[in-house]
Amino acid sequence: MTTRPPEGQAGRNGALIRIEHLAKTYALGEVDVHALRGVSLEVERGEFVAIMGASGSGKSTFMNIIGCLDTPTKGDYVLEDIDVSKLTRDELAIIRNQKIGFVFQGFNLLSRTSALENVELPLLYCAMSNKDRHDRAVAALQRVGLADRMHHFPNQLSGGQQQRVAIARALVNDPSIVLADEPTGNLDSRTSVEVMGILQELNANGITIIMVTHEPDIAQFTKRQIVFRDGKVRSDKLNPAQRNAAEVLKEMPMVDDDEEEAAA
Amino acid sequence: MKTLNILRSAFRALRRNKMRSFLTMLGIIIGVAAVIAMLAIGQGAEYSVKQQISALGTNVLIIFPGSQQQGGIRVGAGSVTTLTEEDAIAIAKECPAVAYVSPGARSGGQAIAGNLNWGTSIEGTGADYLEIRSWPVEYGEFYTEQDVKAAAKVCVLGATVAENLFPESSPIGQTVRLRNMPARVVGVLSKKGQNAMGMDQDDVILAPYTTVLRRLSHSPYLRQVIVSATSPATINEAQRQITELLRMRHKIASYDADDFTIRNQSDLAATATATTEILTILLASIASVSLLVGGIGIMNIMLVSVTERTREIGIRMSVGARGRDILTQFLIEALVLSLLGGLLGIALGVGGSLAISGFAKWPTIITAFSIILSFGFSIAIGIFFGFYPARKAAMLNPIDALRYE
Repeated sequence: MTTRPPEGQAGRNGALIRIEHLAKTYALGEVDVHALRGVSLEVERGEFVAIMGASGSGKSTFMNIIGCLDTPTKGDYVLEDIDVSKLTRDELAIIRNQKIGFVFQGFNLLSRTSALENVELPLLYCAMSNKDRHDRAVAALQRVGLADRMHHFPNQLSGGQQQRVAIARALVNDPSIVLADEPTGNLDSRTSVEVMGILQELNANGITIIMVTHEPDIAQFTKRQIVFRDGKVRSDKLNPAQRNAAEVLKEMPMVDDDEEEAAA
Repeated sequence: MKTLNILRSAFRALRRNKMRSFLTMLGIIIGVAAVIAMLAIGQGAEYSVKQQISALGTNVLIIFPGSQQQGGIRVGAGSVTTLTEEDAIAIAKECPAVAYVSPGARSGGQAIAGNLNWGTSIEGTGADYLEIRSWPVEYGEFYTEQDVKAAAKVCVLGATVAENLFPESSPIGQTVRLRNMPARVVGVLSKKGQNAMGMDQDDVILAPYTTVLRRLSHSPYLRQVIVSATSPATINEAQRQITELLRMRHKIASYDADDFTIRNQSDLAATATATTEILTILLASIASVSLLVGGIGIMNIMLVSVTERTREIGIRMSVGARGRDILTQFLIEALVLSLLGGLLGIALGVGGSLAISGFAKWPTIITAFSIILSFGFSIAIGIFFGFYPARKAAMLNPIDALRYE
C-alpha cells in the first residue's frame, strides 16, 4: 500500500522531489559519457512538469533516475523524505511499486494479457487480496474511460486506448508521482491531445506528473517547463499560458473518431 | 506475489508456446519413464532370481567335516573325517531350529541296467532329503526311513540317469547294478535342470546313505549333512545351535577352531542378489543420463525464454517487481515444466513397464520408491537447471531490460 504522508507534511522543504547536484556518467568503452552534469531542482506536490530538450540532452537519463530505474553516479535524490540514491535494488523496486507510476512512449503493455490484467500488474507485487486488486484495477480503468474494454488484449486496442491502459496501470497503486516518457510520441495529434486531457484531469485531481517531451505543442498543456541541454538545466519556468486539452479537442476535426472505433 | 498467481502466470506463459513447452517436457518425460521402466525391469530380474534361489532352498545349511587345524596345518573342508551318523542324529534331536536332517555320503561309479551303462554319482541321503531340496518324485516313490535304517538295496534315479539307462521302459521295479551291488529302482525324480554352477542336477542316483556307507564306500564317516531350518528366518539360529552341539560332541576346546564347516545357501542368494542389484543400478544410471539431458533441455529453453521476454521482465521491474519476484516466476515456470514432465513420465514409465511384462513376458516390478525417486529427481532437475536462467532474468538491469528490442 502507499505510504504517502498527509498533505502538507511532504519533504523538509515541502517539496515532493528534491534533487541536488545530480550527475550520471556512463562508461562506454574508454570514453566516459556525461549524461547529467549536476542537476538541482525541486518539484512540489501537484505540479505538472514538462522536461524538454533535444535528444542527448540528458532528459531521459534524468527521468530514469527520477523513476528509480537507474541510479545516479553523484548527487542526492530525495523523494518524499527518502534518500533514494542510497537504496538497494530491492528497495528501489518497492519505491517503484509504491510511489511511482510509469507511462512510456511505446506503452509497454504485456501482450496477450488483457487490459485488466495489465493494470493489475503493479498490485501483484504488493500484498493484496484478489478482490481488492480486481476492484482497484477496474476503478483505474474507469478513470481513463476504458471500463468497457477491460477484457481486450492490447492488440485489440488503438494506440490511444493502449496508452490509456498504461495510464491506468500507472495510477492503480495510487502513486506519489506519475512519470510519463514521451507519452504522445507514438500517437497522432488528436489522440495526443486526448491523452494530455486525461493527464490534465489527473493533475487537476492532485496527482503530480512529470512528463518528458520534445514537442513544444504538447508541453503547452503543462504548468512548468524545464529545458535540458548537455546534461544541465538550461531553463526552468512556469507556463503562464497552460492550454486546456478538453477545449482544444472540441476545436479539432472529429474524423479520427471513426478510425479509432474501427481499430477497436 | 502470491503462489497461486505465480502458478497461473507460469501456466499461461507455457501455454503461449505449447509445442515448445511440450518438446521441452519430452526430455523429462522420457527420462522419468526410462528410470521407472529400467528400475522395474531390474527389480523384476532381482525378484525372479530371488525366487529361483529360494526354490533351491534358502533355509538350507550344509555341514562339511574339516577345516581342522593339526599342528598348524589347516586342511580343506571335506577332507577329514570327523562327521558321523551319530552327529546327524543328534542334530535332528537336539536342535529345535532344525526341521529336517539328511546325512550325506557319496560314491561314484558305473550304473548298469541290462545292456546299458551310465557313469554317474551315487548320492547317499536320508529319507527327508527331498523335503529339504523341495524336489518332488516324478514316478514311483522315495525310499523310507525304514529303508534307511535297514540299509536297503533301493535307489531313486535322476531324470537324466533314467533316460539313459531306461530309454524305452519304465525303470520302476527294475534292478540297477551300482558297482557290484544290485539295487531296486523305487522312483524317478522330477527334472530339476542345471544348478547355479551349470551342473546337471538330474545326473544322479539317490540311495539311502546307510546303503552307500556300508555297501559301497565302506566308510563310517559322512561326507556332509544337509539340514533345513524351520524357516528362512531361523537359519542363523539353526546354524548357531548346530555349531554349539557339534563343538560339544567333538569336545573342541573354546580356543580351538571348529572341525567342521557350515555353508549357508543364503550366501549364494546374497551374491546373486548383489549381481542383479548392480544390474538395476546400471540400468537406472543409464536412464538417469537421459533425465539429465532433459534437464539441460529445460535450461536451454528457459534461457531462450528469458532472452525473448527481456522486455516483459523490464515492464514487470518498472512496476515494482523485485529481483526475487522475477527469479520466482522463472523458477516456477521451469519447475512446472519438470513437474508436468515428471507426472507424464510416471504414466509413460508405468504403462511401458506393464507393456514389457505383458508382451515380452519379462518380470517387472514398479515400486513406490522408483516413482518417488524419479519424480523427486525431476523436480530437483527443474530447480537446478531452472535456477541459472531465472537468476539471469532477476539480475537484469530494469532500464536495460525495458530498452531491449
